[in-house]
Amino acid sequence: MQAKRDQDFFWEGIDRGVLLAQKCDGCGQLRHPPQPGCAKCGSDQWSETVLSGEGTILAFIESVHPTRRDEESRCVCLVELPEGLRMISSLLDPENAGNGAAVKFEIAEHNGQLLPLVRTVGESQ
Amino acid sequence: MSGPGKTAVTGIGQTAYTKESGRTVMSLCAEASAKAIADSGLERGQIDGLISFTMDTNSDMDLQASLGLPMVRFTAKAPFGGEGAYATFQLAAAAIESGQANNVLIFRAFNERSEARFGQPNYGPQGAPRDLHRSLGLVTPGQVYAMWHKPFLDARGLTNEDLGHLVVQMRAWAANNPAAWFYGRPITLEDHQRSRWIVDPVLRLYDFCQETDGGVAFIVSRLDTARALSQNGGSPLVRVLGVQQAWPLGESMMYNYYKSNLVFPEDTVHVANALWEQTGLSPAEIDVSTIYDNFSSSIPISYEGYGLCKPGEVRDAILAGEFGPGGSTPVNTNGGLIGEAYLHGLNNAAECVRQMRGTSPNQIEGAKVALCAGRQCGMVLARE
Repeated sequence: MQAKRDQDFFWEGIDRGVLLAQKCDGCGQLRHPPQPGCAKCGSDQWSETVLSGEGTILAFIESVHPTRRDEESRCVCLVELPEGLRMISSLLDPENAGNGAAVKFEIAEHNGQLLPLVRTVGESQ
Repeated sequence: MSGPGKTAVTGIGQTAYTKESGRTVMSLCAEASAKAIADSGLERGQIDGLISFTMDTNSDMDLQASLGLPMVRFTAKAPFGGEGAYATFQLAAAAIESGQANNVLIFRAFNERSEARFGQPNYGPQGAPRDLHRSLGLVTPGQVYAMWHKPFLDARGLTNEDLGHLVVQMRAWAANNPAAWFYGRPITLEDHQRSRWIVDPVLRLYDFCQETDGGVAFIVSRLDTARALSQNGGSPLVRVLGVQQAWPLGESMMYNYYKSNLVFPEDTVHVANALWEQTGLSPAEIDVSTIYDNFSSSIPISYEGYGLCKPGEVRDAILAGEFGPGGSTPVNTNGGLIGEAYLHGLNNAAECVRQMRGTSPNQIEGAKVALCAGRQCGMVLARE
C-alpha cells in the first residue's frame, strides 16, 4: 500500500469540489502547505476546514514547458487568501492578470487533472 | 557567539568547467580534490575530514579510496545544495575547532549539464500524484524562484532590463576570466534584452546560471597549520574569519511563498548580522564579494540583505555599475554562476580565496576582506 502524503486530504477535497486547509486542534491556527505538525503550538492534531475560495494575486509569471513547446503556456500566480494563507495556482483568464487582482478559485481540469485554478472577478472583466 | 574563526583555507582546486566532461563525477571530484591537497602543501595523510552537502552524490569513501587518504575521522553534510554551500566551511570549522579533525577536504562535483540537468522540467514519475506546485505550473527552478523573487523586484522597482544592467556587469568580469564559460564574450544590454524569455516577465536566457560539468574542492586547516604553510613558501594565509547559517522558521529554500514578509530576506539578514557580530566587521569593510547567483534576480535580494546598500537602493547601485569592473562594491569577479560556471555556489567561494591571495584574474587591488554570500549561509574571508 502506498503511504499517504500529508497533502492527500487537500486533493481529496479538490475531487469533492472543496478547497481545504488544515486547522490545528491545539491552537486553531490555519496552515498551508500541509504539514504533520503545527508551527505555532507543535500539536500534531488537526482538522480540515473549508476555505472561502477567494483571493488576491500577489505576483504572476508565465510558465512555458521547457521541452514541450507546443503545450500552451500557463499563467502561474501566487494568491493571498483572506484566511491569511497563500497558495500557488494558475489563472484561467491570463489576459486579466495583474498584481492586486481579485480572484475566485474554480476547481477545473487541466491536462486531465482536477486542480484548484483561479479566475479574476470584478471590474477587469 | 563564538568570536572570529580559528581556521583558514589552505588549498583550492578545480577541474575545467565544461558542458560535457565525458568522465565520471567521481573522477571530477577526485581531480579537484587532489589539486586542492597539492595546492595546500599538505600530505594526503594529513587530510582527515570530508565535507560536502546533501545534494552531492559522491561517496566519501570512494573519494577517500581514490585519493588514498589513510584515515578519515570526520564526515558531514550541510543541508541541500548551493544556497547552503558555504555552510560546509562552518562544519569544517566546527570539526577543526573542536579537535575532531585537523585538515578537512570540502568537495562538490557533478555532470550537471551532460547528465542530470537541474534546469529540466520536474514532472515527477509518470502518473505521479498531483502536487501543490508542480501541478500548477512550477516545473523548473527558474519558474520556482522567479515566482517568489517577483514581489521583491516589484517592491524595489526592478525590471528585467535593470537585471540586464546587472548581467552585463557579471559578464564583463567573466570575459576576463579564462576559466569562465563566457571568457572573452562580454555582452551589451541590447544583447541581454534580445535573449529569449525563459520566465516572462522575470528572467531571460542570460539571467540564468551556467549548467556545468566539473568539480571544485577546498582544504580547511587549523590556523597554526595554515600559518606554518604560508610561512614556508605557501600561499598567503586566508583566514575564515566568520561563517554562519540561518534558517528562520517560515523561510523555504525553493518554494519560498509562505513566509510572513515576501519582500524581506529574513534568512539572509540573520546570516549577515551574525557574521558582523562574529567578525566585528561591517558591510562597509568588505572589499570584494561573491553573491550566489543561480539567477540574476537572486543578486539584488542578497546584496540588500547583507547590507551592501540601504534597503531600497539596490536599483540605483545596479544602474551606477557598482557591481562590475570599477564599481565600489565589486561582486562576482569570476563572472559568478552566471558567467563562470555553476558549481553549486562553491566556485564563487574559490574566487573569494583567490581574491584574498591576490591571484584572481580580476584582482581587486589591496583587497583584504571578502564576503562569500549565500542566502541561508555566508562566510567572511580575510587575508592575514
